[in-house]
Amino acid sequence: MKGLPPVLITAVVLVAGFALCAVQFPNIASTRVVGNLLTDNAFLGIVATGMTFVIISGGIDLSVGSVIGFTTVFVALAIERWGMPPLVAFVAILALSAAFGAAMGAVIHVFDLPPFIVTLAGMFLARGASFLLSTQSVPITAPVYSTVSDFALRLPGGGRLTAVAIIMLTIVIGGALLLKLTRFGANVYALGGSRATASLMGVAVGRMTVKIYMLSSLLAGIAGIVFSFYTSAGYSLSAVGVELDTIAAVVIGGTLLTGGQGSVIGTFFGVLIQGMIQTYINFDGTLSSWWTKIATGVLLFAFIVLQQGLVALARRPVVKRAGAVS
Amino acid sequence: MTALLPRRGLAQILALIVILAVDRVVSPQFFDLRLQDGRLFGSLIDVLNRGTPVALLSLGMVLVIATRGIDLSVGAVMAISGAIAASLADSHSLTVVLAAALGAGLICGLWNGFLVAVLGMQPIVATLILMVAGRGIAQLITEGRIVTFSSPDLVWLGNGSILGLPVPVAIALGMLILTGTVVRASALGLLIEATGGNARASELAGVGTRAMILAVYVWCGVCAGLAGVIAAADIMGADANNAGLWLELDAILAVVIGGTSLFGGRFSLVLAVLGALIIQTMNTGILLSGYPPEFNLLVKAVVVLAVLLLQSPKLSGVAGVVTRLRRTKA
Amino acid sequence: MENSPDPAASLLEVRGISKSFGAVRALQEVDFTLRAGEIHALLGENGAGKSTLIKVITGVFPRDAGIVRISGEEVAPRSAKAALQTGIATVYQEVNLLPNLSVAQNLFLDRQPMRFGIVREGEMRRRAKTLLADFGLDIDVSAPLGNYSVAVQHVTAIARAVDLSARVLILDEPTASLDRHEVEILFGIMRQLAKRGIGIVFVSHFLDQVYEISDRITVLRNGRLVGERETASLSRLELIRMMLGRELAETTSARASAGAQKTREVCASFENYGKAGYVAPFNLELRHGEVVGLAGLLGSGRTETARLVFGAERADCGQARVEGTPVRLQSPRDGVRHGFGYCAEERKTDGIVAELTVRENIVLALQAKRGLHRPLSRREQDEIAGRYVKMLDIRPPDPERPVGLLSGGNQQKVLLARWLATTPRLLVLDEPTRGIDVGAHAEIIRLIRELCDDGLALLVISSELDEIVTYSDRVVVLRDRAHVEELAGEDIDVGSILAAIAADGASIAHEGRA
Repeated sequence: MKGLPPVLITAVVLVAGFALCAVQFPNIASTRVVGNLLTDNAFLGIVATGMTFVIISGGIDLSVGSVIGFTTVFVALAIERWGMPPLVAFVAILALSAAFGAAMGAVIHVFDLPPFIVTLAGMFLARGASFLLSTQSVPITAPVYSTVSDFALRLPGGGRLTAVAIIMLTIVIGGALLLKLTRFGANVYALGGSRATASLMGVAVGRMTVKIYMLSSLLAGIAGIVFSFYTSAGYSLSAVGVELDTIAAVVIGGTLLTGGQGSVIGTFFGVLIQGMIQTYINFDGTLSSWWTKIATGVLLFAFIVLQQGLVALARRPVVKRAGAVS
Repeated sequence: MTALLPRRGLAQILALIVILAVDRVVSPQFFDLRLQDGRLFGSLIDVLNRGTPVALLSLGMVLVIATRGIDLSVGAVMAISGAIAASLADSHSLTVVLAAALGAGLICGLWNGFLVAVLGMQPIVATLILMVAGRGIAQLITEGRIVTFSSPDLVWLGNGSILGLPVPVAIALGMLILTGTVVRASALGLLIEATGGNARASELAGVGTRAMILAVYVWCGVCAGLAGVIAAADIMGADANNAGLWLELDAILAVVIGGTSLFGGRFSLVLAVLGALIIQTMNTGILLSGYPPEFNLLVKAVVVLAVLLLQSPKLSGVAGVVTRLRRTKA
Repeated sequence: MENSPDPAASLLEVRGISKSFGAVRALQEVDFTLRAGEIHALLGENGAGKSTLIKVITGVFPRDAGIVRISGEEVAPRSAKAALQTGIATVYQEVNLLPNLSVAQNLFLDRQPMRFGIVREGEMRRRAKTLLADFGLDIDVSAPLGNYSVAVQHVTAIARAVDLSARVLILDEPTASLDRHEVEILFGIMRQLAKRGIGIVFVSHFLDQVYEISDRITVLRNGRLVGERETASLSRLELIRMMLGRELAETTSARASAGAQKTREVCASFENYGKAGYVAPFNLELRHGEVVGLAGLLGSGRTETARLVFGAERADCGQARVEGTPVRLQSPRDGVRHGFGYCAEERKTDGIVAELTVRENIVLALQAKRGLHRPLSRREQDEIAGRYVKMLDIRPPDPERPVGLLSGGNQQKVLLARWLATTPRLLVLDEPTRGIDVGAHAEIIRLIRELCDDGLALLVISSELDEIVTYSDRVVVLRDRAHVEELAGEDIDVGSILAAIAADGASIAHEGRA
């Protein structure tokens, strides 16, 4: 049990679930369905990658859904009303998102406040700001949008790997490498282990906190752009509640909600599991969409209990040893 | 001294007065009240009426936060109990409807309390589970539809009046008095504050800290259940998707505005309810001013930040030094 | 590496360090000298000032007065990180590394070998392996540190410190959770490091280990330097006397004559009571109007005995009786219900609820005992609080003041009041005079005597032997988590307690742990 990392359990759940779905609806096991799964969950995969960093570092970011919403509105207005070239609009919104995240990180560190409540304020702020920009859904007609939406790599079996899916996969892989291979990644884990100890060991805790929330907001911004590609519109009410789906995906992916352990690949699996449940429900036709939430809740519970068990198990030898000494 | 009327409420009362004054400027009829069909009407009554669900939630939430906990699931619990009430309303008596809806809230609270007090999960993690799954359960009950009802009893609960006051307001007032009496007339208040202030020391002093923690989550669930029934009665229907959406955040905000620290300990029921009213007065004011209602969220964000900074351990450290200096000078 | 260091060269010099926390003087003009290449034990009971001294040296606490020199150069680090840069590294009992990271990452956090912005994982592992090999450790360095025993974690922490070119290594209770074999390994490493010229400060409460490994010993007591001795020329009895005795005058029990009459009624008794791995089974009788002192060194099982007696810890064998009736003590609630009270050693974490008022803190246990549905009215609370504030002379005499704002001595009185308000039959006091100023100290001792005269049974733990001698009717001496001796009446004096604590056989008990 101790040797089996949670991410493997997630992978097993994913594969077993997929096999179950495929047995019941053979059509599911096609590149077409898988391609759609990746496209439909592209924005979730991107934002969940950022959330993984935040949660591993011992924090949480409730603002991501609102940042996605704001981004879609901003991009739509910038392109359609303010006449910005799309690329300029993208750069502007990404800079804005990054600054927003950095500000939240700074507040968390400087004032020593719980991330949960600071990012809650961020959530209100970003959503409120997007309402201020526009409460209407703004369609985006720029040619680059149709180009990107139409672009897809043909997969054997008739599936399409769309541009947004490719962006998502690139970010997931990039995120996984950043977390596993760089000093930044090691420091993220260090922060999640113990901020005090990490600081004692030379990690610049403040700077790391700012960077981590900056990364999360930046990826939420990218997710917002991807979302606008997906819907070809900007709407201030889009991606409401996405922060919950994101946190659920991260936890189901085997990341410890209390920080210190986890992986981007696991999160990716977590996103796919949620998408798979959705796909199954769509195929079934008789089941309704609310089962997604219940199933997600059950999985969430199972993984949290599992992790509590693992943590308790990991602690046990130490306790036994302390007893043996006396 | 933290009985029903605490001494620390000055800032909140001032804030409420200022916001009321601004509302009066924005809308000259703000303080106008008129009696019609034995019921009071006017903006002030409107504020009270609309503030009811959050006020009820904050009654439970403030106790949970006092034990160093948090309950993210109250919005979802509202949706569940609202769905149950709406589904049963036209076929059962009001007593059965209320018993079922509040019972559901109680069970949800027990679940959260079990995870926190017995399994020892972090409150934010434990209640996240029901926050995610709860809305699904509510939709399961309503089968995804918006369930409407016409039971006059339940409709009265949302739209009737007692002694000129809207029934929801009377219920919220009753719950405040009930909670206040239970908490302060028994030793519950002291033991909850001790548990939140220092659980280890309280345990050693013989306080049943686990039972305290379980109890506050149960009460929080019941309050959320009642809020859900009233919200459903108000619109004569249950919308599992939107009922209570984001209200957990408003409830936490109300508690924080009410001066109860997220780090547990001292709490005040009255100030938490006052916090809920402050939020609602702002909402109504923005509505009346002609600004888009969406402006609310921005104002809320600013309020959260301001209150947070005031509560920040670092800043309050500075403030503490300042007061101490002042005291020595005096 | 093998060039023998100059034995006289002082590596770390601490002169005239003072540090106060409010009215409590934690350190008073303490001197300490560490030579290059020596292992120097720093000893003293809880509250003697060991950890304060370490924290002042490493800059965790700012010092009020005094200087610290490293190789003759004055240093004033402002944080543990800064101390590390001056060459002082500390390894605490709870290893301050990150158990969720791999061993290699722990060794090289924030200084990993890099190429093109990417951590050279292979190179890092290779270096980690080489580094640990120096310490006789051959483990998979890519596994999380938390998977390994505390011993490995300690060695890793030491290896990291040494690799960061530490010249002074402070080991704070490094052996507390190691078994005999692991201790041997650690000692081997310490000797090897000393040979390289590193100075090691060894803080431990295992005297056998101190004698085994250290070259010199410095003893602190009540924030003052008692003395510095060569280990080889210091007898065990003399050492314990330095640690525990305030003065060498052989005081005898002031209560000895009263204690002679054995007619007092038994209040609570414990027969073959114990818990495996916690305290060896013991027999203990507590009588009304009698003070039983628990004496022993830190870690000898005093606090553990107190917690078992109160019910804060569950016994796994034996029988407890209250007034002759068998009872089960499963939780503090049980203890409170049977009329027990317990003032824990750690006032801040286990005693006061800082933000609640003096009044609320005083009535807390009584209210918990009465239950939810029988609340004390505000008038009753005011009356109780007022009575005890007056009786115990709690200052300032304001029952509505948050207890966190009171001084340590007054907080202790509030805790005493909390238990007295429950009209207990037995009161367990763990180090009731620790960390409080001299005036309050004397008052607490006077109170203990008065309470006893009123018929209360008391079980008191103290590291101050002459204090124990003055108020105890009987003294139970503990060593290595077992009750080894009970002294009564005329037999109670500092000398015989010291002899019982120092008696050989301790080493045998230690071997038994392996």
